[in-house]
Amino acid sequence: MSAVLSAAGVVRRLSGEVPVTLVDGVNLDIERGEFVCIMGPSGSGKSSLLYLLGLLDVPTAGRVLLDGDDTSRYGEDELANRRLEKLGFIFQFHFLLAEFTVMENVLLPMRRLGKLSDDSARTRARELLERFGIGAQSAKRPHQLSGGERQRVAIARALANEPLVILADEPTGNLDSVSSANVRQILRGLTRETATTVVAVTHDGSFAAAADRRIGIVDGKIDNAWRPG
Amino acid sequence: MGLQSSIALTHLTSRRRQTLVSLSCVVLGVAFFLAVSSLMSGSERDFLKRLVDNSAHITVSDEFRSAAVQPAALRWADGAVHISHVKPKTETRGIRGYRQKLAFVESLPGLRAAPMLVGSAVLTFAGREHGVTLSGIVPSKMKNVSTIEEKTVAGSLDALSANPNGIVIGKGLADKFGLWLGSTVSVTAPSGVNRPMKVVGVFRMGNASVDETQTFTLLKRAQMLLERPNRVNRFVIQLTDPYQARVVAQRIERAVGYKSLSWIEASEDFLSLLLIRRIIMYSVVSAILIVASFGIYNTLSTIVMEKTRDIAILKSMGFHSRDIRRIFLIEGVIIGLIGSAVGVACGLGLMRVLASIQFKIPGVTETQHLPLDWSVTQYALAAAFALISCIAASYLPARRAGRLHPVDILRGAA
Repeated sequence: MSAVLSAAGVVRRLSGEVPVTLVDGVNLDIERGEFVCIMGPSGSGKSSLLYLLGLLDVPTAGRVLLDGDDTSRYGEDELANRRLEKLGFIFQFHFLLAEFTVMENVLLPMRRLGKLSDDSARTRARELLERFGIGAQSAKRPHQLSGGERQRVAIARALANEPLVILADEPTGNLDSVSSANVRQILRGLTRETATTVVAVTHDGSFAAAADRRIGIVDGKIDNAWRPG
Repeated sequence: MGLQSSIALTHLTSRRRQTLVSLSCVVLGVAFFLAVSSLMSGSERDFLKRLVDNSAHITVSDEFRSAAVQPAALRWADGAVHISHVKPKTETRGIRGYRQKLAFVESLPGLRAAPMLVGSAVLTFAGREHGVTLSGIVPSKMKNVSTIEEKTVAGSLDALSANPNGIVIGKGLADKFGLWLGSTVSVTAPSGVNRPMKVVGVFRMGNASVDETQTFTLLKRAQMLLERPNRVNRFVIQLTDPYQARVVAQRIERAVGYKSLSWIEASEDFLSLLLIRRIIMYSVVSAILIVASFGIYNTLSTIVMEKTRDIAILKSMGFHSRDIRRIFLIEGVIIGLIGSAVGVACGLGLMRVLASIQFKIPGVTETQHLPLDWSVTQYALAAAFALISCIAASYLPARRAGRLHPVDILRGAA
């Protein structure tokens, strides 16, 4: 197996009167099709590491490699292109665009990438929505859906451009236990069926239990000895 | 429709009330801009038309722009001795060789010219005297270069040809002395030559000074009265294109040597006043649209503030900063385009209302209308200015949206 996402000595420090180190020298290799959970106490730097791995933030030191590419040499636009082509994001709050229908939300990344025709993109969006059991909701707006349905739409949107890696920040943090289990199964299934890599930050023990690997973070450093209290 | 455009349109349609307020500002701004600027521009055109129609486009007079250089100064230009206080040789007044010079002027394309001999005289009637300007003219030529024929309220200019002792006077003078067609007045030149003349025409130019003091007679009669046989002291020239007056006047002056004054040069003070008036007018109407653009700025700033999370999501998806900027600029353009179109329609309605207003000027029998400029330039100017204001107003919110860092927002939202 080859590493699809790597962190090599990644440091993220916020400058200011009192500099704060969010991530401190993290080395990490994540394989293709792997389901990895990043866990740790609140404020330990889990989300910051996820944003760095997801190319939303740029490390103060060290490198992030995506699919073998050293992303430290990329500018803002090139990083945005990599996110568009190779990464998908899921957040704790679904973060769907409220004025757009479910279908339009899923279409957005495909329309931005522009590789598929309008009809093909619609067909793919419909397939994704049906796969996650929300095909009938495609004309609705996010506020007309339940929390679990919204999160499934967010997953469909994250998968729209067939990314190599899905990065999820507390994907079940705002869901009931049934919806959480549903999201967990979907993400677990993705790694097995399509070899999509899933990297998730979570506090949810049952969610983490489904992962191939759990990485503990404490004070911005990897601490695999850490266990949820 | 492009992705950015569809997002922009969705933003605007989902905030109907705010969008409508912004649109109303632009519509009102454009409508008032159009109505005021067309009214001001129309009145300016009307003023210029009156100025151009009622005066000679070019007047060649028997004067020189600067005093003649003395022969000694010409002969010894670098001489060590400077001669001053030299009294120039007395010149015989009038344009020398006027027939040849007039023939040259008339040979130029796009103009009509008429010779005149202008002098002073005293008009006496029933023991009352009045100083007048006596202009000797050739009626057939004069009709081509002035509006005198159109402004004649009794008799005609042609009657001068039939009656060599005829005189055409202004309505003001006629009213003052109780004169009418057929009245005989006594005209005395400064030299003392006196001749009875019959009123054969009465004109009304609308200018009290002209109507009281201007009189016309045959050129030959004026030459005799003013004792200037075979002389004229003025060419009056009308152009097909009055705005070429300055260039044509310079050409004529270079060729004939006499001072050739275009209406543009003669009215420079008026024209600079019009320019100042135009600057003031555009400043005022632009202020309306600038105020309107604050409404757009406010709407788009609110959308940016409300949409920070969406902007973060779009950026995390792979949208570039310029995509985000473009979305908000397109929103400004959409408001500008729709606002301009509706504003132009409303402005047109407002202009029709203004054009329908009728009023009467004291002393004028015809009903007057407000002069409006209906040219396409007015619409284009109003629409262009509105569009520029909208884009400028949307630029700052768009830039701010483009600069938002997704991580800052995602951290705050989590």
